[in-house]
Order: sequence, then structure tokens, then C-alpha cells
Amino acid sequence: MILLNQIIQGVLLGGYYALIACGLSFMFGVMRIINLAHGSLAVLSAYALYVLADSYGVSPFLGLVVVVPAMALIGAGLQRTVLERSARGGLLVPVLSTFGLSIVIDNLLFEKFGADTRSLAPYIGDLSYDSWAITDDIAIGKLAALTMATAIVLLGGIQLFLNRTPLGRMIRATAEDPDTVGLVGVSAERVNAIAAGLAIATVAISGAFLAMRATFNPYAGALQLIFAFEATVIGGAGSLWGTLFGGIVLGVAQSLGASVSPQGFFIAGHLAFLAALFFRLFFGDLGLNLRRVLVRRPQ
Amino acid sequence: MKAPAIRIERWTPESRVALALALIVAALLAVGPLLFDANIVDRLTTLFIYVILAVMWNALVGYCGLVSIGQQAFFGLGAYFAVRLADLGFSVYPSLFVAALIVGALSLPLSTIMLRLKGGEFAIGMWVVAELAHLLVNLDTLINGETGTSLIALNAYAIGKRRALTYWCAFAAMAGLLAVVFVLLRGPTGAAIQAIRDNEQAAESIGVRVTRAKRLVFMLSATGAALAGSLWVATAVTFQPRTYFSPQWTAYMIFMALVGGLGTFEGAILGAVVFFLIEAWFGGAGVWYLVGLGAAALVFALALPRGIWGWVEDKTALRLLPVGYRVKLIGEPDVDKGA
Repeated sequence: MILLNQIIQGVLLGGYYALIACGLSFMFGVMRIINLAHGSLAVLSAYALYVLADSYGVSPFLGLVVVVPAMALIGAGLQRTVLERSARGGLLVPVLSTFGLSIVIDNLLFEKFGADTRSLAPYIGDLSYDSWAITDDIAIGKLAALTMATAIVLLGGIQLFLNRTPLGRMIRATAEDPDTVGLVGVSAERVNAIAAGLAIATVAISGAFLAMRATFNPYAGALQLIFAFEATVIGGAGSLWGTLFGGIVLGVAQSLGASVSPQGFFIAGHLAFLAALFFRLFFGDLGLNLRRVLVRRPQ
Repeated sequence: MKAPAIRIERWTPESRVALALALIVAALLAVGPLLFDANIVDRLTTLFIYVILAVMWNALVGYCGLVSIGQQAFFGLGAYFAVRLADLGFSVYPSLFVAALIVGALSLPLSTIMLRLKGGEFAIGMWVVAELAHLLVNLDTLINGETGTSLIALNAYAIGKRRALTYWCAFAAMAGLLAVVFVLLRGPTGAAIQAIRDNEQAAESIGVRVTRAKRLVFMLSATGAALAGSLWVATAVTFQPRTYFSPQWTAYMIFMALVGGLGTFEGAILGAVVFFLIEAWFGGAGVWYLVGLGAAALVFALALPRGIWGWVEDKTALRLLPVGYRVKLIGEPDVDKGA
């Protein structure tokens, strides 16, 4: 029963990882851009919501109405000023430039807010600790469930958007071959700016959940980037449903690791990531294989 | 029309002068503790460690095209093994080098997994490795978790003697690693790894043993970073895992290599000197100093990806320590054939 509870809590934790990985997976898998400032942008959104809640009394959910469009604009601007120029410089440059950007964001946040840890938990009432009791041993937190639901809606929504809408097709086509989409009258720059805006908008949402479920500080971005990356890689780059699966594998591994020893939480997560890499070397993509087995649809 | 006569040139008159000057400077630095006062000796020791970090990262990234955000894994492990060996009763100074060799050996199995990753996946994958190394080191009870420990075996040496010995170790490590990288880059392996950086498939198709060349540079870079870490613990004495496994070290390496000149041998050394001076002048500015480092990395990556030295090379065709080839048309002006 204890084991079952740990697995359930791990799955729910995985919902958060899937959520934080959503924007990274979208940029990495679809746009083929690696954004090392991903975690820092999530923390930036968390601070924006914190300021709105703390200074103006705006509830975090209402605050998202302001912060999500603002982050979308930042994302589009980032694409225009940094990512696009970097991508032209080859594989190397985006990694270097976005890492530089993350250092700038982290330290500016530190300059503004100091080393104190903050949380949005006090501003969401009993949602932060309320739960549904399933049995005597197992309870499901309402916030965790909301996180999972948000992750599913966001990942599924983006997947549908990419597959079914004209703009989604344009985004995929632009990632595939920006010069050719130019020939058929699509502005690759505009499409990429929209896509980056969308990706960073999801980062804003994940930043809200980061801040509601726990505490954060100006340097919390690095770990969020690593978790997002691990979930993306375990799930198989390029598939958003895979990312949900990757997040859950990561969450369950951490939850089980924590039951072995206090340090086991992080160690098990990183080991799960390395195991997934190792698996990929010999058997191909874990997420992809699993989908093939489960769905059994000719690719 | 007769084909123009060409000559392949490696050394140039100015590069012979530069090498002679470099050797004179090296000879002077070799007797540093006899010439300089204590403060300067300490600062030069730090500079040597920065040069090692910059040159090792530059070899991996600038020449091999493998961007890693996780070199602090090796830096931290080098320091850890130095502390561990000293605690087991081995003599401190040889332990610094042995620690680096142990880390170099550990990087071999690691390379078999990590080198399969490409681009950004390799970069962040290495970061995960660094986090894992950090957590595993914390499991060793000797380290006391994040509290850390000290290289107490250094107390056996008088302060002046310790300073000079650490200086000489750092100098020997830097000179040795620079020589290894210089010879490696000038040789066939240097041509091979640059071919891999520029186009991996094309390199493989003309018979470059891609995996072997990458692994060699990866292991060299791991060993060098580990040596920098073990030397750092010899100067700082205290070992706190969080400090040593911080991605800040990689940020420093990126700054040095990018500003000095990615993919140029002289550039990495120049970048280390620039970083050393900036730290001396602005290090006290705290957060704004770090903001400046990040912003500089961002701007250089976008606007001047071959750094200061790359820019000088492009403008003047000057090569001080040539690791490449250039084609010279006899009776014609110089035709520059890249690095």
C-alpha cells in the first residue's frame, strides 16, 4: 500500500515535470531549438506572479491573464533577437547564447529579489494543501491533480494544434525547411516568432505551478531546466505525449528513490534519465517504442 | 596556363618570434616563486588554473564542436579525489595529479554513452552527469554533505613552501597541458577533430575515425578539468561540493573561450587572461559582475563567435602559435587557408 502510494504520488509529480517540459519539448522537438534559459524564464514568470499577488493582491490564476501574454511577447522577442541569430551560427551558438541569457536572468532576479525563497502557496488558499482521501493511506492533492490536468490539456492541445490546424502545419513545415516555406509564401520569421511565443507562454504556466506547489529562489531555474530536459529525453524528443510519459517516469523514479534514502530522490531521477539514454542506444527511443507497442498503428 | 607554384607553410617568421617569447615567459614563470612576492604568486596560480580551464574547454568545444555545460563534473571530481587520496594517507601533491588521472579513466566509460548525444542533448546531458556526480560525492561520509571538508594534509607544509609547491604544480600542469594540446592539434588528430567539428559525416566518409578522435579529446578535457579542480582545492584548502560542482565553472569556461576566441589556440589563453583581469577589477561588484559575464557570453556568441583572437586572425592573418596550415603562392600575396 505504501509502495502504491509512492507510485501514485510519483505519477502526480510527473504531471508537474511534463508541464515544465512542455515548452522545452515543443521548442526542442518541433522547432529544433535548445533553450537553456527555459528554467530561468519559468522562474521569471513565477516572480512576476509573485509581485502581482504580493503587491497588488492579484490571485495567481488571475495574474496568469497578464503574465502569459507578456511571456509570449518575450518569447517572440527572444526568437527575433537571440534564437534566430543563434540558429544561423550552427548547432553550437544557441547553447552558448541561451546559457549566457540564463545567467543574466538569474542574476538580475537575484539583484532584484535577493536570496529569500518565495512561494505562491499563501495566495491560493486551501488549494495548496487540500486533498481527496482515496483510502486511509492514499490521498490525492488537489493542486497535484490540477497540475496533471493542466499538463494533459496543454500537451494534448499543442499536439492537436500542430497536427490539425493550418498554423500548426506551418510551424512544422518551417522547422523542417525554412527556405522552402518561403517559396510558398510563408514568412519563416513570423511563424517561428509565433511558435516561440507559444512555447514561452506555456513556460509561464509551468512557472505558476512551480511557485504554487513549492518554494523558489532566483537560481531555481537550473534545476527546472534539468527536470524538463530529462522528461523530454526520456519521452523521446519530438513527441509531446512522449513528454507526459517521460515526466511520469521521472516522477515515479524520484518518488521511489526518495523511499530508499533522502538523497535518493534526485539520484534516482538522474539514473532514470541515464538509463533511458542507455536504453535508446540499444533499442531506440523508449517513448516511441512504448507507443508502438501500445498503439500498434503502422507508422 | 601554368599552375601557380605553392608552398605549404606552418611556421612563419612572426610565429617563430612568438614561440621564442612564449618560451622565455615560461622560463621566467617557472622560477616565479623566487622572483615574485606572495600575493603575485597566489594570483598567478589562479591564472594558471583559469588557463587550464579555458584551454580544455576550448579543445572540446572550439575544436571538437562538443558543447558541454557539465565540465564542473570533472572539476568537482578532481577536487574530491584529491581530498580522498590525501585522507587515505597519500602525499598531497602527487595526489593532485593522480586524482586527475582517476577522473580521466572514469571519463572513458562515460564517453561511450555521452558521445552518442548530439548538440544540445550532449550539452545538458553533461549537466545531468555533473548533478549526479555531485550527489554521489555527497554520499561519502568524509565530505560531510554540503558542509564539506578541508585538505588538512596541506598543514604539514609551512605556508611559504606550500604556496611555492602549489604554484609549481599549477605551472607544470598548465605548461604540460598546453604542450599536449598544441602537439595534438598540430598532428593528424588535430586535423581529424576539426574535420569532425565542421562536418561529421564528411569526415567519416574520408576515413576519420570519428568516435576515437572525439573520445580522445573528451578524455583529455575531462582530465584537464579535473586537474584544475584538484589544484583549486590545493589553493582554496576547503572543499564544499556545492561550490565545486557549480555550473558557474562552466560559465567561466564559456566566457574565457568565447571572448578569447573559440577554436583558436592563442584565444583560449588570451580569454583566461582577460577573465583574470576582469575578475580582479570587477569581481567585487558581485551580482552585476555575473550579469556582465552572462551578457558578454551572449553578445560574443551572437556577434563575434570567434572571439577577440578570431577577429584578429581574420583581419591580420597573424598566427603566433600556428596549429594549422596555410597555402602560400610563391611570388603572390598570402592566401590564408583558415585555422
